[in-house]
Amino acid sequence: MNKVNLTIDGVQVEVPANYTILEAAREANINIPTLCYLKDVNEIGACRLCLVEIQGARALQASCVSPVSEGMVVCTNNEKLRKARKINLELILSNHNRECTSCVRSGNCELQQLCKEYGVEGYPYDGNKSEAKIDELSPSIVRDNTKCISCRRCVAACNKVQKIGAIGVAKRGFNTNIGCIYDMSLADSPCINCGQCILACPVGALHEKDSTDDVYAALSDPNKHVVVQPAPAVRATLGEEFGMEIGTSVTGKLVTALRRLGFDKVFDTDFAADLTIMEEGTELLGRLKNGGALPMITSCSPGWIKYCESFYPEFIPNLSSCKSPHEMLGALVKSYYAEKAGIDPKDIYVVSVMPCTAKKFEAGREELGNEGLQDVDAVLTVRELARMIKNAGIDFKRLPDSDFDSILGESTGAGVIFGATGGVMEAALRTVYEVVTGKTLESVEFHCVRGTDGIKEAEIDLDGTKVAVAVAHGTGNAKELLDMVKRGEKNYQFIEVMGCPGGCVTGGGTPIVDATTLSYIDLKAERAKALYNEDAGKAKRKSHENEEVKALYAEYLGEPNSHKAHELLHTHYVARPKYIKK
Amino acid sequence: MALTQEQITAKTAELESYIAEQKDVKGALIPVMQKAQELFGYLSFETMELISERLDVPVSEIYGVATFYALFSLTPKGDNVISVCTGTACYVKGAAAVLDEVKKQLGIESGETTPDGKFSIQDTRCLGCCGLAPVMVINNDVYGRLEPADVADILAKY
Repeated sequence: MNKVNLTIDGVQVEVPANYTILEAAREANINIPTLCYLKDVNEIGACRLCLVEIQGARALQASCVSPVSEGMVVCTNNEKLRKARKINLELILSNHNRECTSCVRSGNCELQQLCKEYGVEGYPYDGNKSEAKIDELSPSIVRDNTKCISCRRCVAACNKVQKIGAIGVAKRGFNTNIGCIYDMSLADSPCINCGQCILACPVGALHEKDSTDDVYAALSDPNKHVVVQPAPAVRATLGEEFGMEIGTSVTGKLVTALRRLGFDKVFDTDFAADLTIMEEGTELLGRLKNGGALPMITSCSPGWIKYCESFYPEFIPNLSSCKSPHEMLGALVKSYYAEKAGIDPKDIYVVSVMPCTAKKFEAGREELGNEGLQDVDAVLTVRELARMIKNAGIDFKRLPDSDFDSILGESTGAGVIFGATGGVMEAALRTVYEVVTGKTLESVEFHCVRGTDGIKEAEIDLDGTKVAVAVAHGTGNAKELLDMVKRGEKNYQFIEVMGCPGGCVTGGGTPIVDATTLSYIDLKAERAKALYNEDAGKAKRKSHENEEVKALYAEYLGEPNSHKAHELLHTHYVARPKYIKK
Repeated sequence: MALTQEQITAKTAELESYIAEQKDVKGALIPVMQKAQELFGYLSFETMELISERLDVPVSEIYGVATFYALFSLTPKGDNVISVCTGTACYVKGAAAVLDEVKKQLGIESGETTPDGKFSIQDTRCLGCCGLAPVMVINNDVYGRLEPADVADILAKY
């Protein structure tokens, strides 16, 4: 790439010729304020916060969409710019519900932060407000358009990245409305509940459907035995809510905090991840041997499952019949554990802490239960759990470490990496290789399926039998991969799909990172590191070596894919229309 | 006027063949939507779903375009289309009160059609005959220098 030289606020910088002024300024350690900008997702110059003055240009220019050129002289900070930005903020505020104290995003709202930085004091442009409503009908996501600033970051995440298009921009001018067609609810739209829109929102217009009240109620009910399980990605992300560095693993503190919140048992979804490998690996070998539907596609991600059901129903037979790990664990808590502990399953309340908003929808699927009891009773996102910990006055950063409870608490490194794209595939390969070949792997690390490329492919040699695999993360990439398979251009035996870009570590229920920070780091890779490091530090790194999993089969299930295993750990899917018309 | 099943089938086939021609042209969406609007008089949910399927564009984007441009309609037009000019001159001369009276008489908002399919009201800016302000046009009949009190008698003619 050719380089160009320019001067920004008197600082000389040399940058690639395809840079925007905003990107070039960052090279000169200058952060131009932004609001609608989200790197690689939304670069449209709509909010006019990133205005700069370019020598010789007629008017102020939006730096996020202005390319650099040789010899350019740019000013990012003078009286005229400060004034223009402040007026823009005041205009945005004139049509914004400013109930900050009761807003879930207070403290990490990009609009609030900018108003503070620019010294916005009053509301000089108050007048009519556009008609806006709150949509609370989805089990996963709440959209509060009284706070929407029409930046379109959510629309880009839904449409451009995830290729779903559940939401869009309707009408124009003052009546502009971000949301579903015909003002319908997200619950009736093609929304897959992934929550990537929540991560994209700079303000409080989108948040998860809060389940903390339900969980508090269960915890304070003396007749309820309340069991909790955190997903792999929770330990890789929760620390951020307490000011810890991105990529810090907090497993031990997480367990201590959950116990202090009053949960009777702290089990681990990682255990069920190991169990998933036993079930899914066996299912794959069975399909390869008996001519079942191939490629087999993973089923851990409920966002991906709903996407497949609505957008690619022809691939439903290819989906693994395995329930997602937390559902497997919920089913076992209310059967295997209940029997052992002598507790009536009706008195057990299972809470899953997930990096995911789609798990809230999934927990309500009627087929994911047994004898009238849902496998999982409530799902909390990482953000909700963080609020509960803060609420309880628990000094998280200084907590001592502790271990998960037996008999559903042990995990191997294979279970831990489930939270990153490629992790389920790698975990499966570790076990499938050893089961098929009878040999011990020299290195358990399959680097070919790691990393943040949208689609990863590999061919694994199982003692002469070649197995072609592929990994896609984010439904946009999954769409591309499935289209290639449909057209017959690609042929695989096994595919891993995770609904969110990056996998669960950057799921819609994880801590929200502001757009400026996201301009500097690869969040997907940073968070995944926490999981890969934890895996590397584990004595056992293969699912089939998990002693508690072995005990479960020996004492209760028999063998993988047994009748009992099918009853408790497997499920089915339905083709769904994109829209529910009423 | 409601279309018969045969008419719908024939018009859908015509739209399909038009889409087939336009499919690989860059920026095909708006011409295809215009064709659909011309054929059916409006864009139904089903029509937008068909376009979405064929052009691989989400329905939400088509809906966004349809609600952005005044020339697209999401509801079938009535037998008689009423336009009350709300351009500057007509507005100053009291067009808002005339429009309100039309809405009140018919019980519908601008952009909507009466349940019996007889009337619809359409958003309209300057019609170019400001000397007659405020102006209302029903189909091709022009009514000028209106008072709200005139509205009921005019509507009764249709």
